[in-house]
Amino acid sequence: MMTYLLRVLACLFICAAIPAPAHAQDQAAPVQQVLQAHGEVIIKSSRRTIGPTIDALGASGLPEAQTVLQRWQDKEMWFERETGLFVFAQEQDDGQLMLFDVSDGAEIGLADKKAYKQLKPNSGIRGLIAAALVQFQLNAPALEERLVAVNSIERDADPSHLEALRGAIENEPDAALKARKLRLERLLTIRFAQDDAERITAIESFSGDLGVDLRAALNPLVATRIDAGAEVPEGARVIEAGSEQLSREDAHAILVEKGLARPQISRDALRAALIENIEGDAVAGIRVATLDTDDARTGAYAALVEAGLADPLVSDADITEALQAVQFYEVFTGAPVSVAQAAQIALDDIETRVALSQTADLALDGLSLASIYFLAAIGLAITFGVMGVINMAHGEFIMMGAYTGYVVQLFVPDYTLSILLAIPLAFAVTFGAGVAMERLVIRWLYHRPLETLLATFGVSIALQQLAKNIFGTQARPLTAPGWLDGSWVINDIISISYIRIAIFVLALLFLGLFLFVMKRTRLGLEVRAVTQNPRMAASMGINPDKINMLTFGFGSGIAGIAGVAIGLYAKVTSEMGSDYIVQSFMTVVVGGVGNIWGTLLGATMVGFLQKGIEWMNPSNTLAAQTYMILFIILFIQFRPRGIIALKGRAAEA
Amino acid sequence: MADTALPAPRRPFVARYPSVLIFIGLLAVFTVAVTVLAEGFGIGVVSTSFVKTLGKTLCLCLVALAMDLVWGYCGILSLGHMAFFGIGGYAIGMWLMYARTEIIVTESLAAAPLPPTAQEISDGIATQIFGVVGASEFPPIWTFAHSLPLQLLAVVLVPGLIALVFGWLAFRSRVTGVYLSILTQAMTLALALYLFQNDSGLRGNNGLSGLQNLPGMDDVPQATISIVFFWASALALGLGYIVCAWVVSGKFGSVIRAIRDDEARVRFLGYSVEAYKLFIFTFSAVLAAIAGALYYPQAGIINPAEIAPIASIYLAVWVAIGGRGRLYGAVIGAAFVSLLSTWFTGGQAPDVNLGFYTVQWVDWWTILLGLSFVCVTLFAPRGMGGLIDVIIERRSPDRHGADLGPEPGALQEKEADR
Repeated sequence: MMTYLLRVLACLFICAAIPAPAHAQDQAAPVQQVLQAHGEVIIKSSRRTIGPTIDALGASGLPEAQTVLQRWQDKEMWFERETGLFVFAQEQDDGQLMLFDVSDGAEIGLADKKAYKQLKPNSGIRGLIAAALVQFQLNAPALEERLVAVNSIERDADPSHLEALRGAIENEPDAALKARKLRLERLLTIRFAQDDAERITAIESFSGDLGVDLRAALNPLVATRIDAGAEVPEGARVIEAGSEQLSREDAHAILVEKGLARPQISRDALRAALIENIEGDAVAGIRVATLDTDDARTGAYAALVEAGLADPLVSDADITEALQAVQFYEVFTGAPVSVAQAAQIALDDIETRVALSQTADLALDGLSLASIYFLAAIGLAITFGVMGVINMAHGEFIMMGAYTGYVVQLFVPDYTLSILLAIPLAFAVTFGAGVAMERLVIRWLYHRPLETLLATFGVSIALQQLAKNIFGTQARPLTAPGWLDGSWVINDIISISYIRIAIFVLALLFLGLFLFVMKRTRLGLEVRAVTQNPRMAASMGINPDKINMLTFGFGSGIAGIAGVAIGLYAKVTSEMGSDYIVQSFMTVVVGGVGNIWGTLLGATMVGFLQKGIEWMNPSNTLAAQTYMILFIILFIQFRPRGIIALKGRAAEA
Repeated sequence: MADTALPAPRRPFVARYPSVLIFIGLLAVFTVAVTVLAEGFGIGVVSTSFVKTLGKTLCLCLVALAMDLVWGYCGILSLGHMAFFGIGGYAIGMWLMYARTEIIVTESLAAAPLPPTAQEISDGIATQIFGVVGASEFPPIWTFAHSLPLQLLAVVLVPGLIALVFGWLAFRSRVTGVYLSILTQAMTLALALYLFQNDSGLRGNNGLSGLQNLPGMDDVPQATISIVFFWASALALGLGYIVCAWVVSGKFGSVIRAIRDDEARVRFLGYSVEAYKLFIFTFSAVLAAIAGALYYPQAGIINPAEIAPIASIYLAVWVAIGGRGRLYGAVIGAAFVSLLSTWFTGGQAPDVNLGFYTVQWVDWWTILLGLSFVCVTLFAPRGMGGLIDVIIERRSPDRHGADLGPEPGALQEKEADR
């Protein structure tokens, strides 16, 4: 055994000691032939002459061509000074080269560095090589590699990619990727094709498309520049100076830039000129102390001009004269006129469609905001709308529900399960809190609404601070389950996140639940009886105290569930309740107290209104809220009882 | 008809309302005492910052007075009076900031080789003031900021107009009770949100600052200024108290109390309920704004958070705890709760160690306040003022004069006058 091992070791030693190449270089390999055919050009390496060589390599159809190009780009290709043969080589630490064959990458062996010379392609050549390589990547057998290539072209396209892409479409086996390649080819045609007709056809082929990539391809084509000159070139549009498109100041600035007019002397320049010419306590004979108005300064400057110490001011008449001497026109700078016009038409069309889609998107946004308001307000619709109890701590019940969800997630790591658990738990917690509050506070204050308002405010203040003490002031996350991540994308503009859809569905569910409980259950019947006439209800054997307690608990419980939903979409903080309380009351009041359909309408109106105002003034959601509240205040002036007003006896109750 | 006495000669106002005299007396004694104890003019036992706190408390008492007028007497639970308070503060703050910046800018431009033009000074001030919100021009709202009289007029007129328009709209469409409360709260929220924007023209959430430095009075120590403002606040409170007492006395006062108790009945008696309510609402708004204009130069800074709805709710809390429907109740409540609040939230109150948990009052004071507010509403609707009733009613009632009703034991004149 030992001897055997020794023998193996000896063999290894001998093998390593002999430097003879284990593999001779294959001079007849086809790729070496191609390289040799362009040998001189490759060795000279100039960007201007290398093109055909790279094309020849690319067109050779040899599978090794890609490797050659890649390693050439990575500066790993060398050539033997004597024979001009090309090899791949890696520098070793001891100054020797490890050689590899260009045809199959097989190891040739170590060689002296002096006999070889490295090819060092400059950045221009490397760019050409990279473009050629794209073709190989686009045709690579592995799907991922092709995807990477397409992605990289989409990100950063180059005119050279167009041909490569065209060559890589037909043989694409993957249907989805083929579609992408086709689309990309048309986009590249728009941007880079030489033939105008071809570009226009490509532009027209996109009719009806709203893609951001398309707009990105079209926008540079319609770039314009305003220029001035004695003659208007063909295809340019004449613009009047002093019109809406081109103010006199801008027109003058263009002339100044072209050296056709003198610049206006600014207030600062005038001041600087005066300061420069102060002599003693005067400028051009005018006392400095009097120069504290613009008129006085202009006068002093005029004196300076007269004395030849400053450039004269450019008067209005000068500007007019300069403007009239030339004609202003607008030229397309991005593309030939015909292409630019086609692009302009396509863009206008896109703009119309985008506007339509944006309206639809806005409507979706409004709908989702409306469902959030509805969720926040539906509990109030029960406690305030049906019972007439004004509960300012309602927002804090929402907060309690959200914090319940957060606490559940601390114990149950599975998000789907934790949300499913959190919903009944939040209902239970806030139901309990509602019942406790009804028994302890509200019961003693029926028919004294202002005092109910104040007492519940006290509870609200205390609960808010309590949450702050327990959970701290920083926002806590309530994470939605994975299947609620992402959004439903209809096109590039219309999209809505799944959480918002879930909230919308939840709002509908609650509406159904409310209607079911109020109209179809014994509890609902008794609630309606008690709110209409508690004494009559009591004499029918209904216990009004119990019903009031349960109803209040039910409303509070729904607020708790709403809290979980709102917590999923916004952060959970101790102040989240107070963010919604005013809007919730507005929703109920605007809709009409005592009617769930009114609340629904109110929420829809408030939601759409807020989104609409935000759209008009997108930078400023604060302003949107301000104007919305003002609008609601005005609205209540005209319909003090809300959109759906109760009539008859119920209204007096 | 022979026994129909001539209408009794009206006794002087002060004699009918001795509480006014007592209040003014106590306020005067308090003011003098603080002055003697303070650093500015006295022996220096009371620190300047505490004098400022007391001065601010007097202003809060004044706004509580306004709140009591509108809520305790007229039954309008306004949750927006701190907005008027804030507007008053902003109005005076604009002038303070403008004038002070003007002095600074003029000084810095005086060194320039050319004397500055009016435009240059104005631009310099605007850059100084609005640099924080990335603007360098005066918004139109600052048109009158250069003039103290005009801004003082704005202190009264702007809140007055807002209250007048808002009240007219609200009362005209018969919005009452909790609806009105929510509406006023919404108004406050809208104003606060508006002011939070950077392009509102009032420096967004930075607010106005440096208001404690009166323009041109850099040499006067804060100790002196604090006493001056303390006196001004005391004077305003005293005058405000007298005016409020006068407003709620006599027939006018009876009508507004009647509106509180049963609005419909007063309307059926032929009174223009809306006009009365509008007057009280507007008047109290102006009073609140004056209080604000005195408060913020002592506080030194005003920002939109001061206008947030919660501030107005605290105002209602003060008045409720003090006892609404009586002017001194509002003053007691505001002074007591706000001073206690300062003490607790200032970290001066000792922590309570319960063994398993240490109650830190900075965290727990708000909870205590909220709960005590609930308790006051539930168990002591008359608030702390109710305690005074307990003392006074121990005396035998002064039952003299003619019977006012046909029944034996009906209300008699003396009682009715009380």
